[in-house]
Amino acid sequence: MSQSSQHSIGSRQPATRHVALFVTCLVDQIMPEVGVAATRLLQRAGCQVDFPTEQTCCGQPFYNGGFRKESARLAKHTIEVFEAYPAVVLPSGSCAAMIRSEYLHLFRDQPEWHERARRLAAKTFELSQFLVNQIHWQPSKPPNGSTVTYHDSCHTCRMLGVREEPRLLLRCAGYSIREMAESDRCCGFGGVFSMRMPETSNAITAEKLRLAADTNASLLVTVDPGCLMQIRGLADAVDIRAEHLAVVLEEATR
Amino acid sequence: MSTTFPQFRSRARRGILDEHLQQALDHTTEIYRTGRVEALGKLLDSEALRDHLKAIRSSTLARLAEHLETFERQALAAGVQVHWAHDGAEANGMLIDIARRHGVKMAVKSKSMVSEEIRTNAALAEAGIKPVETDLGEWIIQLAGEAPSHIVCPAIHKTRQQVAELFSRELNRPVSTEIPALTNEARQTLREKFLAAGLGISGANMAVAETGSIVLVTNEGNGRMVTSLPPVHVAVVGIEKLVPTWADAAVWLELLARSATGQPLSVYTSVITGPARPDDPDGPQEVHVILLDNHRSDQIGTAYEEVLQCIRCGACLSVCPVYREVGGHTYGSPYSGPIGAVVSPLLFGLEGFEALPHASTLCGACLEVCPVRIDLPRMLLELRSQEVGERILPWYDRVVERLAASLLASSRRWSFLADLARRLVRPISRNGSLRLPGRLNPAQPRNLPTLSRRSFRAVWQDGEIGDET
Repeated sequence: MSQSSQHSIGSRQPATRHVALFVTCLVDQIMPEVGVAATRLLQRAGCQVDFPTEQTCCGQPFYNGGFRKESARLAKHTIEVFEAYPAVVLPSGSCAAMIRSEYLHLFRDQPEWHERARRLAAKTFELSQFLVNQIHWQPSKPPNGSTVTYHDSCHTCRMLGVREEPRLLLRCAGYSIREMAESDRCCGFGGVFSMRMPETSNAITAEKLRLAADTNASLLVTVDPGCLMQIRGLADAVDIRAEHLAVVLEEATR
Repeated sequence: MSTTFPQFRSRARRGILDEHLQQALDHTTEIYRTGRVEALGKLLDSEALRDHLKAIRSSTLARLAEHLETFERQALAAGVQVHWAHDGAEANGMLIDIARRHGVKMAVKSKSMVSEEIRTNAALAEAGIKPVETDLGEWIIQLAGEAPSHIVCPAIHKTRQQVAELFSRELNRPVSTEIPALTNEARQTLREKFLAAGLGISGANMAVAETGSIVLVTNEGNGRMVTSLPPVHVAVVGIEKLVPTWADAAVWLELLARSATGQPLSVYTSVITGPARPDDPDGPQEVHVILLDNHRSDQIGTAYEEVLQCIRCGACLSVCPVYREVGGHTYGSPYSGPIGAVVSPLLFGLEGFEALPHASTLCGACLEVCPVRIDLPRMLLELRSQEVGERILPWYDRVVERLAASLLASSRRWSFLADLARRLVRPISRNGSLRLPGRLNPAQPRNLPTLSRRSFRAVWQDGEIGDET
C-alpha cells in the first residue's frame, strides 16, 4: 500500500526507504546467508539498504551475563553507529528487543544516553516487524505445497509482541503453516545459558525439536539466529530442518 | 544448603535422566498450565483483575509497617497472641517455647512454605517435639526425608508406586499402589495424629489487617483439622502476606487458585480470627501468630521489592522451560522455579546460590503468567549483575567477558580476530559445525557452530549483494 503511494507520479525511480541493516554478530560470522537474504528482501520491498561497517554487537550477551559496564560500552557504540539512519532493521528478534527495550534499562541513570537510546529504540525493528508493520510489504505467491512450522522466539514474541508478522509473510510466500504445540516454548538457547548449563539447555532443545517434528513439517522457521544456531546444534537427531525466515522468504520470492 | 554451578548441573543431569520425574513433571505442569488458562478465561476480564491485584500488592508493600500494626492491633483484639520474629531461628525458638509451655510432644502441621524456608521441622525435632505433616504431599516428602519440589504440589516428583513404598515402610505393612487406597491410608493414619497432637502449626496464605484474621487455602481439609483440633494453634506468617481489607483479599482469592491449579477456589478456604469463643463447640484455646521477617524487609526499596508481591501460586514453575526439565530439587531450596531462582539467593545469600540467577533462559514465560506480573527476568538480570559487582562469578568469567567486550568495541579489531579464528577452525569444521571430539565439546551432544567461510561484512564489502532493482 505505502509502497505504491511512495512513487511520485512520473518518477522512474522505485520508491525507496533508507534503512540500515544491523546484521548482528551471529549472522555476520556464522550465517552470513541470513544477512544476504535480509538485504535482498529489503531491496525487493523497495528499500535502500546500508550496512554500516562499524557495527559489531548490540551488547546483549554481556547484559544478560550481568556485565553492565561492558554491555553499555557496546550499546553506546551501537547507538553511535546507527542513530543517524531513519530506520534500523535486524534479522534477529532478540537483538532488536535488546535495543528496543533493554537499552532503556541499561541507561536508566545516564539521561543523555537514555534519550539517545530512546530515539534509536523507536526506529529499530526486527525484519518481519519492519516489512509487515512499517512498510506494509508482503509477497504474493501461490501455495507451494510446502508445510512449515514456526517457532516463536521468546524475545520476539514476548518482548517485541511479534507473533503474527512472520506467519503472515510465510503464508503470503506460499507456505502453509502447521503449528507445533507450545510454539512459544523456549528453544533452550538463552545466550550464555547454553554454555553454563549445557545439560539443561540441551534437554529443552530436544523437547522443542520433538514438538516441532511432531508436526511432520519439513522446516522449522524462526526469526532469531540464536534459536536457529541452538536448534541446528541438535537437529541431526530429528527429521526436520531449521531455517531463518529471511532465507525462506528470499528463496520463495525470487 | 547451597546451589553452586557444579551442584546445579549435577542435580539437573540427575533430574533430566530420571524418567519418573520427567513423566510427573510433564503430566502435572500440563494440567496446571492448561487449567490456569481455562480458569482465567472464565473470568470477565482476568487481565484487569491481575492489574488490580498488582495494585493491591504494591500499595500494601508501600505502607507495610502501617498494615502490620493494624493487623497486630486487630489480632490482639480478637484474642490472638502476636509475636514478631526477626529471622527463622527466632521464629522456631518462639514455636518451641510455646510447645514446651504446653508440654507438647507431637505437633501436626498444615502445608507451609515458610516453615520449609526456616526449617521448622528440623528445629522441632531437635527440641524433642515430633512434627507431623498432614498435607498429603508434605507428608509424603517428610516420610522420604526430602524437600518440596514444587511450591503448591510438594511431592510432584513422586509416583504412586514410590508413595506406596514409603507408606508401607511407615506403617510396617504392605500398602496398595492405588490412589484411593493411598489417600485412605493417609487419612486413617493422620486422623489419629490430629486427635493426639498438642499443637497445630500452619502458615497463612494471607493475613487480613482489618480484622486480624489469617486465611488458609487448602484442598484436603487438613488445614482445618490442624487449626481446630489441637488446643493450641500457631501460624507462622511472612510479613509480605499482609492484605489491608477483605475487599482486597477477595481479589487475591479470585486469582490464587486459578493461577495455581486452575480451580476457581480451592476446596477449603479457612478464615481464622482468634481462638475459640466461649460458646464455640470447638477450636483452639490459644492462637498465636508469628510475624516473620527473615530478610523480607531488606528487599523493600531495592530492585527486588517487587518479589514480595508474590502470592506463591506456582504458575511460573509450570511454564518455566528450565523447571520443567530439571525439577524442583535441582534448585536446592524449598522455593524452586523462576520465583525460587530469585527468592532463594535473597533469603539465603547470593554467594552459595550463585547458580540460581543463571538457571533461566530469560524467556519471559514466568512474567507472562504471573498473576501479579512480577518481572522475574529483570530481577534475574539484576542478580547476575550483582554477582559481577560482588565478584561472586569465577575470575575467568570476568576476564573472558571483559576481553570479549573490548574486542567487540571496535569493528576492525573484531573482524581481524574473527578472520584469524576462521582460518584456525577451518580444519575442524564440517557442515557448519565444529567437529570436536566429545570430551572437548562442553555442550555435547549439541554441535557448536563454526565460523562461516566468509563473514557477511566481507561479502558486503566485496559488493556481491547487488541491488536487483
